[in-house]
Amino acid sequence: MANFFTDNDDIQFLFNHLDLAEIAAAQEDDFTQPEGRDYAPVDAADAIDNYKRILSIIGDVAANLIAPRAEQIDHEGNTLNEDGTVTLNPLVRRNLDDLAKADLMGFTLPRKFGGLNCPSLIYTMATEIVSRADTSLMNLFGLQGIAETINAFADDPIRNEYLPRFSTGELTGAMVLTEPDAGSDLQAVGMRAWQDDDGQWRLTGVKRFITNGCGEILLTLARSEPEIKDGRGLSLFLAERSPRIRVRHLEEKLGIHGSPTCELVYDDAPAKLIGERQRGLVPYVMSLMNGARVGIAAQSLGVAEAAFRVARRYAYTRKQFGVSIERLPAVAEMVTEMKIHIEAARTLTYETSRVCDLEYNNLRVLELNPPKDAAVLKKRKDRSRALKRLNGMLTPMSKYYSSEMCVKVASDAIQVLGGSGYMKDYPSERYLRDARITTIYEGTSQLQIVAAVRGVCSGAFEKRIDELEQANYTDELLGTLKAKLIEARQLVFKAIVFVKEKGVEYTDLQGRRLVDSAIAILVGHLFLSQAMKNDHKKAITRHFIETRLPEIHANVERILSGDRSALDEYAMLAGPLPTV
Amino acid sequence: MGYDSIVCVKQVPDTSNITGEAMKADGTVNRAALPAVFNPDDLHALEAALQVRDRFGGSVTVLTMGPPAACEVLRECLYRGADRVIILSDRRAAASDTLATSYILSQAVRKLARYDLVFCGRQAIDGDTAQVGPQLAEKLGISQVTYYEQLVDLSGRTIRVRRNVGNGWEIVEGRLPMLLTVLDTANEARPAAAKRVMRYKRARAPMELGAELAKAMPDAAPGQKEAEQARRLEPLKAKGLCIEQWDLDDIDADLQWCGVTGSPTKVHRVQSIVLTKEGFTAIAPTEEGIRGMIRDLIVDHTLG
Ligand SMILES: Cc1cc2nc3c(=O)[nH]c(=O)nc-3n(C[C@H](O)[C@H](O)[C@H](O)COP(=O)(O)OP(=O)(O)OC[C@H]3O[C@@H](n4cnc5c(N)ncnc54)[C@H](O)[C@@H]3O)c2cc1C
Repeated sequence: MANFFTDNDDIQFLFNHLDLAEIAAAQEDDFTQPEGRDYAPVDAADAIDNYKRILSIIGDVAANLIAPRAEQIDHEGNTLNEDGTVTLNPLVRRNLDDLAKADLMGFTLPRKFGGLNCPSLIYTMATEIVSRADTSLMNLFGLQGIAETINAFADDPIRNEYLPRFSTGELTGAMVLTEPDAGSDLQAVGMRAWQDDDGQWRLTGVKRFITNGCGEILLTLARSEPEIKDGRGLSLFLAERSPRIRVRHLEEKLGIHGSPTCELVYDDAPAKLIGERQRGLVPYVMSLMNGARVGIAAQSLGVAEAAFRVARRYAYTRKQFGVSIERLPAVAEMVTEMKIHIEAARTLTYETSRVCDLEYNNLRVLELNPPKDAAVLKKRKDRSRALKRLNGMLTPMSKYYSSEMCVKVASDAIQVLGGSGYMKDYPSERYLRDARITTIYEGTSQLQIVAAVRGVCSGAFEKRIDELEQANYTDELLGTLKAKLIEARQLVFKAIVFVKEKGVEYTDLQGRRLVDSAIAILVGHLFLSQAMKNDHKKAITRHFIETRLPEIHANVERILSGDRSALDEYAMLAGPLPTV
Repeated sequence: MGYDSIVCVKQVPDTSNITGEAMKADGTVNRAALPAVFNPDDLHALEAALQVRDRFGGSVTVLTMGPPAACEVLRECLYRGADRVIILSDRRAAASDTLATSYILSQAVRKLARYDLVFCGRQAIDGDTAQVGPQLAEKLGISQVTYYEQLVDLSGRTIRVRRNVGNGWEIVEGRLPMLLTVLDTANEARPAAAKRVMRYKRARAPMELGAELAKAMPDAAPGQKEAEQARRLEPLKAKGLCIEQWDLDDIDADLQWCGVTGSPTKVHRVQSIVLTKEGFTAIAPTEEGIRGMIRDLIVDHTLG
């Protein structure tokens, strides 16, 4: 039977390559969790076996149930009713029911709330697999971060009331942040949060572009301190669906038609405060968004994988000029570049998830079980800080790189199919429409770059590369490639010093080139660590590093040129403001 | 209230992914070369039974006849929600044809005694006979509806189902108990549930433990293995993770109707057809092209 987990060689490779035992031990508190949950693992091998089985289930559901429904869902979308409610497409409903029946809607939640207690790395793999079957369904499957946020920051009564119902799939959530005047700039959120005479919190205002805004649990960012204008005036609330929250508009979109995108009107809707006042944006929403960003990276991987597979097969079967078109140099290059970039993005994203797991579990120990010994405690705290900084760089890198990658892959996939790719007869055009959103929501690529540049310029990058450069390769080719990466790193450091001297604006102007170069070096090292395992990985590694090096040179040359004409000569270059 | 269902399932070689070594020189299936899978139609039979239970209450008991390895399909049933699973395993049942198999199954169903519905897949992909279900109903002396596609109504002791008749459908009403053979179009089989998988992956039949121990303790003194098996069985039983195991004596089977002696089927001739062609053939969209294609299809006996 078709299975999107077992048929994917690269996911299989990484599943075996990554140190899942370390992750599992951290996630399961070294397997000391009290007995009683009869599905808890007893050791690392048991946990890894569970992960494999869970991913096989999702691979089965994705391939055999979800994927066959995707085309019709894309055609039909969901329906807005007159009373301000939304009726999900029956096939979307069935997808959610199937995922719930398979126990997959409490993926990362602790067992005491009925969850599977999976690490985020496994969730990332699962998310990718779902997205390959139906990219728009990932938006609903991927909203499990809502429950995670409640688990992380809400108090016990709220957790006990809602989390078990998330696990069974009875409840789905939405993250309700964006407003007409607060998009990338969430500090500008204006929805009013106020307390009525009984002390009940109420929310008043409009939110837009809310994925699954028709869901049951709306985690809503609102201004509880009207006198504080920036992010410190914002708190996070849990609002249940009610007649006081109306869906005013269901967006008509380019893609992800199965995912309902809602404009919401809150009419003094009752809500519960999550955690403490004024901590809504930082840290609660930031934490939620970090997880969600890795989720979008995984969504990007899934749609890219789907697009690639169609293109790879087509290039093999389609004949022109008497040969399979894959024999034509231009097509061969497109197909191989697609594959290399998918594997690069997957490696980066899974590495990010792995670091997320280490960070999260380290924090959990510090909170629940702080070591008594002062030296041990300090070591844990230092590690926690270092992981947080590393993650602060890796997460936006993954989101940026994977999403840009999938748009390019989906577009090139159409190119490989030629005219057929542009037609509805093949799913390729849907893949491109679905892929296109990934560079926009959960923070646009531009914002990811702003965040990643900070890590690149502030030492997190340097520290991680120092570690990675410790690896030794006896293989001659790999040794040579490593030396080249070390050389390229020197170049990038020259560029970092240069932009720092030039100031923030220039850094932002050159941000993409800096981040691209840093990602190339980072992924190059990660690839090197995989290259010993098989010939395919070795070939990918060689090709990736050899082709990225000239790009790094070009990027650094651009950066060192000091050219800021896009800023200084904006009016001249952009020309006059068009009247329409 | 509710309805108690029995589902008969089979582990089969995966004939959907045939490789070169799939057939032995004599034309019989080389089971060793093919992965063993859950017979596809049987998954739909299980789903049909689970749906009845989910809607009306009751229970689902799954029965399989086969070697110890067949316990894997029983675990699959537990993952999907079966309440009770039983493996019927006995060397004396080896080489049973459909007649002997249905006899053995009928004895097992009789032993279960309490049941309202028996579900079988329409047919198994290794033999494709579609005989076991109907024969089982005859041996049990209960009514049967083949090619079940949909439950129309079930109330009291009366059941109404829709069956596929090839070029359409008909709705049939009957009295319980009834045996149904289920088509793959009847439903979408539910996926395994993750938590049940993590729980029941440890479920074992005693003979599986025996086989594991035989491998792990090749030089054990007499009685040592048995003692170890009993020791390991205890916690499994306590947690409801012991798969029930019956042999022919447990079901009071008359040995003359079982295995080779109970199997009158004789294979007359097996033809080995090896498809060697790969990829596709381009056929010109002309009269001449189509005529050529039909000629080729007649020559290789695809048509005519
Ligand atoms: C289909 C869909 C689903 C969505 N789902 C949700 C949801 O569930 N919940 C939710 O709260 N929101 C959701 N959103 C909103 C989404 O997060 C925002 O659209 C996104 O953050 C961008 O905001 P904006 O659209 O207002 O664009 P703007 O912020 O106006 O950005 C316009 C352009 O300016 C650039 N820009 C802005 N600021 C900077 C900067 N500092 N540096 C560099 N460039 C910058 C952007 O990159 C972009 O190119 C969704 C959006 C879509 C389209």
